[in-house]
Amino acid sequence: MEQFLQQLTNGLAVGSIYALIALGYTMVYGVLKLINFAHGDLFTYGAYLGMTLLTSLLLKDRLGMVAGVLVLAGMVMGLVGLLGVILERAAYRPLRESPRLSAVVSALGASIFLQNALMLVYGARYQVYPEDILPQTAVSLLGFEIPLMRIVVFLASVVMMAALYLFVQKTKIGTAIRAAAIDQGAARLMGIDVDRVVLVVFLIGPALGGAAGLLVGLYYGQVNFTMGWIYGMKAFTAAILGGIGNIPGAMVGGLLLGVVEALGAAYLSIAWKDAIAFCVLILILIVRPTGLLGERVAEKV
Amino acid sequence: MLTVENVNQYYGGSHILRGISFEAAPGKVTALLGRNGVGKTTLLKALMGLVPVASGRVSFGGEDITRAPPHLRVRTGIGYVPQGREIFPRLTVHENLTMGLATKPRGSPVPERVFELFPVLRTMLGRRGGDLSGGQQQQLAIGRALAMGPSLLVLDEPTEGIQPSIIKDIERAIRALAGEGSMAILLVEQYYDFARSLSDRYLVMQRGEIVRRGDTEGMERDGVRGLLAL
Ligand SMILES: Nc1ncnc2c1ncn2[C@@H]1O[C@H](COP(=O)(O)OP(=O)(O)O)[C@@H](O)[C@H]1O
Ligand SMILES: [Mg+2]
Repeated sequence: MEQFLQQLTNGLAVGSIYALIALGYTMVYGVLKLINFAHGDLFTYGAYLGMTLLTSLLLKDRLGMVAGVLVLAGMVMGLVGLLGVILERAAYRPLRESPRLSAVVSALGASIFLQNALMLVYGARYQVYPEDILPQTAVSLLGFEIPLMRIVVFLASVVMMAALYLFVQKTKIGTAIRAAAIDQGAARLMGIDVDRVVLVVFLIGPALGGAAGLLVGLYYGQVNFTMGWIYGMKAFTAAILGGIGNIPGAMVGGLLLGVVEALGAAYLSIAWKDAIAFCVLILILIVRPTGLLGERVAEKV
Repeated sequence: MLTVENVNQYYGGSHILRGISFEAAPGKVTALLGRNGVGKTTLLKALMGLVPVASGRVSFGGEDITRAPPHLRVRTGIGYVPQGREIFPRLTVHENLTMGLATKPRGSPVPERVFELFPVLRTMLGRRGGDLSGGQQQQLAIGRALAMGPSLLVLDEPTEGIQPSIIKDIERAIRALAGEGSMAILLVEQYYDFARSLSDRYLVMQRGEIVRRGDTEGMERDGVRGLLAL
């Protein structure tokens, strides 16, 4: 029971991070039918930016813990969002009318560029987050001790996902995103500026990915310039699992994958942890290629 | 209102629109007739900016929109009901209509006029667009375009594959809209009687050219029916 609960909560925390990253894949895919392979690297940038801003601005000392971390998160999300917009302008927009493969190659190129740029600046070794940012305490849940950090990560992710969901459902630009995801041509004919939708999607998706990077940094305490690859693959799996292009699907897929992975690692073998995600990916592609929530082809968000 | 001057368009090497010129005036229904494949839909797509024109000029309300992107044309007041309707099948009727309000301030209601013209839509607000019959989808597509409050309504074969009772409803709605006197209506049709009963002016297209035009009273005399027959 103790192990199960620990693994379940750990899985939910990690899964919520997958979900945050998966949202970036799924939103971009929804609107552009493009897999942004550089998205995992934007996540890494979030982690590194968080680290650098933490150590250089001393936000915690100046603003206190809560305000400091919130301001930090805002800065990281803003900067990574901006990076996403630049990426779209530089790597994808010029190829909008080109064959699909060109954009894929461009995405892979962008990914390599971003990774190497990061390595040049920070070096290839693991970098360590400042330790004393959030209290390393545990809270008692059903009589068991759960690390507070785990709960913070989960709640922060859930709040961001809820905000995104409301944004997409309730605002005008959210409606435009949904319309463009279903049918770009028809959306244009509703007077929707699809270029603006693309811009917003490349702002929000990377911002959430950047926030996920920051959370991983805070949760695990160390970051590496290649971390975006494995997290990106997991999140991509989560997006496929939920039904790519489907926003609630990415959320469900991320949480599910996190939990399956954590329980699998605990009860099968820790060595299988990463393999589990790929088994899930292969399985879902065979059994249900449209994903769990991607039931009807017409539904994209 | 809408003025089209000497528009030419090509798909690859084939010359699809050949020197098209015409006007659509407020309060009038302009019918564009022609058989399958003569270029009617292509012309409408060119008017909407969905395909580029090679030469010529399109202006709307005195403004040159020849190179404007589609969403700006919609915002200046052109409502387009595409052939095959293209509603959002997964969204409810209400959500479909709200998409038509995308350019309006947040929280704008669907204009009551839409439901006056198509009462069936009110009774189906919660149904998925894809679950509606073809005729109901067509009414939804027109309602969605009307929700934008257009000053020019463009309809591409609204009677295609639709049961007669609903064709009557659509006819009544178009007549009512034209009767208000302020909206220009461009109606693309192959259904001769429908076009004749609704329109004020007609244009006949053949192989990318307008080969005959005139007031609707003269349609019969001008032998338009013969030009449409196979
Ligand atoms: N996307 C396209 N690419 C190439 N040719 C096209 C395309 N769409 C239509 N055509 C051709 O253009 C001509 C006019 O088509 P269209 O405008 O759809 O005619 P209509 O609406 O009058 O039936 C046809 O010969 C058709 O085959
Ligand atoms: Mg046609």
